[in-house]
Amino acid sequence: MNIYLLAIDWWFIIEKLVLIALIVTLCLIIAMYETYGERKVAAFIQDRIGPNRAGPFGILQPLADGGKLFFKEEIIPLTSSKYLFVLGPTLAMITALLTSAVIPWGTSLEIGGRNVALQVADINIGVLYIFAVVSIGVYGIMIGAWSSNNKFSLLSGLRAASQMISYELAMGLALIAILMMSGSLQMSVIVNKQMSGALGGFGGWNIWYQPLGFLVFFTCALAECNRTPFDLPEAESELNFGYHQEYSSMKLGFYLFAEYINMFMSCILMATLFLGGYDIPFVNETTLAAHIGQNWVALLSFLSLLAKAFFLVFVFMWIRWTVPRFRFDQLMHLGWKKLIPLALANMVITAALILWMNS
Amino acid sequence: MNLVHILFWFLSALTLFSALMVILSKNPVHSVLWLILVFFAISGHYVLLNAQFLAIVNLIVYAGAIMVLFLFVIMLLNLNKETEPKKNVWMKLAGTIAGGCFLISVTNVIYNAQTSSAELVNKTTLMGKGSIGLIENLGKTLFTDYVIPFEISSVLFLSAMVGAVIIGKKK
Repeated sequence: MNIYLLAIDWWFIIEKLVLIALIVTLCLIIAMYETYGERKVAAFIQDRIGPNRAGPFGILQPLADGGKLFFKEEIIPLTSSKYLFVLGPTLAMITALLTSAVIPWGTSLEIGGRNVALQVADINIGVLYIFAVVSIGVYGIMIGAWSSNNKFSLLSGLRAASQMISYELAMGLALIAILMMSGSLQMSVIVNKQMSGALGGFGGWNIWYQPLGFLVFFTCALAECNRTPFDLPEAESELNFGYHQEYSSMKLGFYLFAEYINMFMSCILMATLFLGGYDIPFVNETTLAAHIGQNWVALLSFLSLLAKAFFLVFVFMWIRWTVPRFRFDQLMHLGWKKLIPLALANMVITAALILWMNS
Repeated sequence: MNLVHILFWFLSALTLFSALMVILSKNPVHSVLWLILVFFAISGHYVLLNAQFLAIVNLIVYAGAIMVLFLFVIMLLNLNKETEPKKNVWMKLAGTIAGGCFLISVTNVIYNAQTSSAELVNKTTLMGKGSIGLIENLGKTLFTDYVIPFEISSVLFLSAMVGAVIIGKKK
């Protein structure tokens, strides 16, 4: 938001550009290996071996998959609207990556006397920014679905849109309780508040104070990412393939990839909001920095955030290969009649407790 | 001309161009998408004025929720050239006159404000400064100075919601 800084401080621009490039690359690589992880987890749960041909333990499998998608024929249906057909996957990808801008990835680095924050934009409306991006994310799916000019795609797009709008509400309400506890919408403040808790930050994690909020938020995140048991927009048995039915080659790849990036980003977000962010449990970061240097602490805190996120990603996959899919009316029933009242009750109880404690 | 000026002109041009495309597009779905771009550009203007909360709420509510519903309805109606009814010439004429009157009155108000009102003469807008648009100050203002209008408007929303439920309920 500091537009004036941009005009003056060139180091600032370079620093931010490098950071953006690194974060985007990181998201893409992690999304790549999430596809591999998904297949391995599925194999483990179904008592199979999983991909093991490309490279040792099959770790080159994502590259092989990507290569396959690149060499597929690119087909744009004659009756589709061309620009929108290309715009759909583009938007899906962009909105998936946009969330990463306000996430604090670790404690600040120290390079040549400069304090480099591992966060692209520490805006004071960070949480709302994420909500804006999430609500824009529907367009990628809807535009792609409509421009395909295919009834199955359209139906799936409408399902996706109504599902995402419904679950955004409960998600927002679950978050208000967190905001009331932190007293700020700024991501760095929310993380710092948790890090100042007992046991080197471990006792300050929001999940201990907001278990119900976390549960509601987690369920909604599953629905927002179109993951099983809420993957109705991609229900093969009803809709053939879903909103990306007419897509081929890398445009299909973009849709599938965006889904994995979304999954990673929502896990990072949950780790940031509920699991103490980049806080290393049982360790006081400032005393550690005095011993081993600030840059090593930054690296360790970043790894700590990644570890939390990977655990959540694993839970996402675990759920996908364990729980069967909902019916659409059950999904709406759960969203509107169960989760929203739960989140509202959680919000009111939190507010009452905060008032009672402060008085 | 610093970065803020460049951004201002860019956003203004983008707003006007997208707004024109909303009414010039033949396809209603394209119109809705251009309208979403208009909201984005206007949010950009809010950010320039340091009204961050307004900017992001504009995106969440208008671009993110209301426009999705618009798109929903238009996609389901399947409006295209064959199904769209021919509009009456007189209706078009009436629309043009009504829009023209509105344009004249708005231009007039802005023009008069620039020349006559002592408060506004030779004043420039605060760009990137000012803290009234930040969420804390906005919340305090809304819940102290304007608490009654704020609560009344929320009752209005509630009544609209109840009305929608009653209309949508099966007989």
